[in-house]
Amino acid sequence: MATQHSRSVARIMMAPAVVLLLGWMLVPLIMTLYFSFKKYLPLRGGDLGWVGFDNYTRFVTSSAFWPSVLTTLTIVGGVLLITVILGVLLAILLNQPMWGQGIVRILVIAPFFVMPTVSALVWKNMFMDPVNGLFAHLWKFFGAQPVEWLTAASMTSIVIIVSWQWLPFATLILLTAIQSLDGEQLEASEMDGAPPLARFGYIVLPHLGRAITVVILIQTIFLLSVFAEIFVTTQGAFGTKTLTYLIYQRVLESQNIGLGSAGGVYAIILANIVAIFLMRMVGKNLDA
Amino acid sequence: MARSSTQQRKIINTAAAWAIGLLIFFPILWTILTSFKTEAQAISDPPVFLAFDWTLENYAVVMERSNYMRFLWNSIIIAGGSTILGIIIAVPAAWSMAFVPSKRTKDILLWMLSTKMLPAVGVLYPIYLIFIKMGLLDTKIALVVVLMLINLPIIVWMLYTYFKEIPGEILEAARMDGASLREEVLYVLTPMAIPGIASTLLLNFILAWNEAFWTLNLTAAKAAPLTAFIASYSSPEGLFYAKLSAASTMAIAPILILGWFSQKQLVSGLTFGAVK
Repeated sequence: MATQHSRSVARIMMAPAVVLLLGWMLVPLIMTLYFSFKKYLPLRGGDLGWVGFDNYTRFVTSSAFWPSVLTTLTIVGGVLLITVILGVLLAILLNQPMWGQGIVRILVIAPFFVMPTVSALVWKNMFMDPVNGLFAHLWKFFGAQPVEWLTAASMTSIVIIVSWQWLPFATLILLTAIQSLDGEQLEASEMDGAPPLARFGYIVLPHLGRAITVVILIQTIFLLSVFAEIFVTTQGAFGTKTLTYLIYQRVLESQNIGLGSAGGVYAIILANIVAIFLMRMVGKNLDA
Repeated sequence: MARSSTQQRKIINTAAAWAIGLLIFFPILWTILTSFKTEAQAISDPPVFLAFDWTLENYAVVMERSNYMRFLWNSIIIAGGSTILGIIIAVPAAWSMAFVPSKRTKDILLWMLSTKMLPAVGVLYPIYLIFIKMGLLDTKIALVVVLMLINLPIIVWMLYTYFKEIPGEILEAARMDGASLREEVLYVLTPMAIPGIASTLLLNFILAWNEAFWTLNLTAAKAAPLTAFIASYSSPEGLFYAKLSAASTMAIAPILILGWFSQKQLVSGLTFGAVK
């Protein structure tokens, strides 16, 4: 059906988006690569010449490197696990007949609208503060010792904050998917005496496959670069330094552009490894 | 018998869903309530829920301390500008991908998404340099462009999945009835595409409003939006919970209200092809 003419029109229509994204990808990438082979300290002498792979070896042998990769992956994995599991359960619950469904949906969706800087500040001070936080009051009420959330249980705290922000998104996507499930099929299996767990495992879960893929893909994109939540709460202390934050410190706090750029290249490699996995999964599950 | 058991199930579902919904919403509710307390009441033990002396003092203090209206204005311009610019570029791209697909359409789409995975921090310094050289550091236009670019892959994909659901038979039927291409686009396609575009607009606006890496790192005094306004409250100074709550409420209220009013619209388009 598509004629030669409509094909060339289509190409022209696509061009601005493709060209812009190509530029957005290539220009900074090439500059980052260029800086990564230089000793470049803007505040202490500026460009001090080429140093080969020095920055790369220094960045990867620094004691902070592997922990930061692990921290990044833990946050991504932890938040995905929590939001997908709770999201599925919540979507199933919200799909049941009830009074005030619309209002409940408004309540559940709300955290998605809260900017990360606000949610991190609110959680840090008003909930997780070991003296005045609401959790501390609650713990004391039950006679327990208040937890120093952001110092003693820092990773758990960050995962809780980020999960709270992303649970609405996961729930909404999964809810839309569940609503498209064929009710008759479920009823038939119920009449055939399939127990609830079997119905969930054989009908609901397979039907949600695509939606879960979408949730994982989009959330991973955003979670790999979690920044504000750490910037506002721990500033990378207490084992919460992600790769993003480590590079941020090299570039902005120590003003070592060469070293930071080498770190940036590592971050790009890590993101690409994750991306390859994801794209494989999506390509299979999401015939575009 | 059967009826009373379904009724019973409905009661249990309602109770469970409301409990969980309120639990999820609680941090926001608590922030809003605390913003009307005095600083002493904000940290009182045991906490007071509603029985406190409601006051607007915190809002007055926050308004006096920082120029809220300017931050708000910057947020509106940056989020709005990047959204409109993004839609103008994304609609034709998604349109041609959905209606004139080629062998490479899927690859292009996945490539676009993969650019979104490039860690922003890896390219922060180059972007920083470029904007300094162009004299665009701490300007709204720089953030409009950057936020448009980082959200472009997501909105192209969202629009693409939406357009793809518009059935081709409708177009053929219109053509058989003698509709011209112009009429086809104007009277058949546009009305069907508008809900999808509206919901994409909303999502992009929310993402841009809440974006906190580029907005914090590329702005200083002039172009800083609400993300920077609130970050200035991150260092504690004596009793500050009530003022922090007031500032937080002021930062999220516009988008929360917009989101609630338009949630039906937003949700209807937010599938990303998750539903066949």
